Amino acid sequence: MTALAVVQAGLGTPSSTQLLATRLAEATERLVPGLEVRTVHVRDVARDVADNLVTGFPSARLREVVESVVGADAVIAVTPTFNASYSGLFKSFVDVLEPSSLAGKPVLIGATGGTERHSLVLDHALRPLFAYLRAVVVPTGVYAASSDWGAQGLPGRIDRAAGELADLLAGRAPAERVDHGFVPFDQLLAGR
Amino acid sequence: MQFGVFTVGDVTPDPTTGRTPTEAERIKAMVAIALKAEEVGLDVFATGEHHNPPFVPSSPTTMLGYVAARTERLILSTATTLITTNDPVKIAEDYAMLQHLADGRVDLIMGRGNTGPVYPWFGKDIRDGIDLAIENYALLHKLWREDVVDWEGKHRTPLQSFTSTPRPLDDVPPFVWHGSIRSPQIAEQAAYYGDGFFANHIFWPKEHFQRLIGFYRERFEHYGHGAAHQAIVGLGGQVFMRRNSQDAVREFRPYFDNAPVYGHGPSLEEFTEQTPLTVGSPQEVIDKTLTFREHFGDYQRQLFLMDHAGLPLKTVLEQLDLLGEIVPTLRREFAVGRPADVPDAPTHSSMLKAAAEGVNSR
Repeated sequence: MTALAVVQAGLGTPSSTQLLATRLAEATERLVPGLEVRTVHVRDVARDVADNLVTGFPSARLREVVESVVGADAVIAVTPTFNASYSGLFKSFVDVLEPSSLAGKPVLIGATGGTERHSLVLDHALRPLFAYLRAVVVPTGVYAASSDWGAQGLPGRIDRAAGELADLLAGRAPAERVDHGFVPFDQLLAGR
Repeated sequence: MQFGVFTVGDVTPDPTTGRTPTEAERIKAMVAIALKAEEVGLDVFATGEHHNPPFVPSSPTTMLGYVAARTERLILSTATTLITTNDPVKIAEDYAMLQHLADGRVDLIMGRGNTGPVYPWFGKDIRDGIDLAIENYALLHKLWREDVVDWEGKHRTPLQSFTSTPRPLDDVPPFVWHGSIRSPQIAEQAAYYGDGFFANHIFWPKEHFQRLIGFYRERFEHYGHGAAHQAIVGLGGQVFMRRNSQDAVREFRPYFDNAPVYGHGPSLEEFTEQTPLTVGSPQEVIDKTLTFREHFGDYQRQLFLMDHAGLPLKTVLEQLDLLGEIVPTLRREFAVGRPADVPDAPTHSSMLKAAAEGVNSR
């Protein structure tokens, strides 16, 4: 079964970040029959993420969350915009993932903010982050300002982005767990 | 089974008084801890090696040589020796020298070191960490076993007709453990040579190390050094004891909360649940330590971290008294049900005997 991890770092209740993440996930689900959607609300593991940064290892709860994300076939990542960038909590969650764990994974990026003036956060902050992680970011990112929730255009962008993610997912081999780091000793010692 | 202490040698302010020991006080405290370890019946004292503040032990063989002169029985070890940034030639010489002075009471735990700038300070690059550990140890292994060495590698100048002196005591090189927190390559390296694998699991959950140690055991068997359950495993541990459990928690909490490695993160209770840390009565320490065998199989060496985070020397020495009281119980309990074919950790005398019998595969 194809699995989609939906990571959203909204802080409020209700949260427009959560709303956008849900809309993106539903639009993708409509295009990919039988999709298993795993929702990660980063706020729920905020302390675990901070502890992981301090100690270097994840709590059992956070490990389960991380595994659900890195083991998924695709990721939708949505953050609120804070000071012209992704939120610190969102970035901290990304920072506790192994650097190679999103390599090659289709990712749809989304962000929310108070005004339209922050919309380039997608291309100035989120896209380079996931490019560094060697994820495959779909061409359309979706930014939703407060005003977008009462205007035309957002549903079209959501559908376009979800369509691009679904296209990437179609025909891909399922994500497999890689056993990192094992090299037989004769290769480690090669040439000596 | 061997029991002992390992020290990082951090100079940390005591959070309850704000007082920071001088370097001289800390270095002398490390020696006092080593002497106390022998006095209370422990088997091993291991010092860290660091080349940056707030740590003092940059010169392990100087310290261990001094401790050797003042002890009779104690095995002197390292936790860890930086196989990446030290010249393997110097390691071969220094520890062979120490072996002679200490009548063979020497072994080493190799580690890579995880402080980025230390690599360039010693002319290396942290991105070569694994490769340095593999190449340098291959040379060290050879220097201790072949009288005249011709050698060429990527990370130091070649050697032609080089003899490392002094030769290892009785031609028996010190036993080596390889320490790693997350690299299967190092477990593979330990297995390949039939060396020990030391998992300092004090800051991490056991599940992670179960995978790593399981892998080492499997590969140890693969390389023909014995069955998986006969591989040589060492573990870290971290305890703070008082007769009364609540007293231990109350006294240790400020040290935990401000500790350099994990302070200001998870609570003492969370950390105790997730890692080997035990803060409580001697019986609680016994109970938790005995669970290590259930998680990792019968093993050979248990080292405890007793003296970090600004704990005053007086407190640490009291802790060692308590550790000395529980170790006989731990020895007895670990021996129960231990298969007869599980070896002890190799020592100089056991390796000398094995060499005489011609069965030394290491």
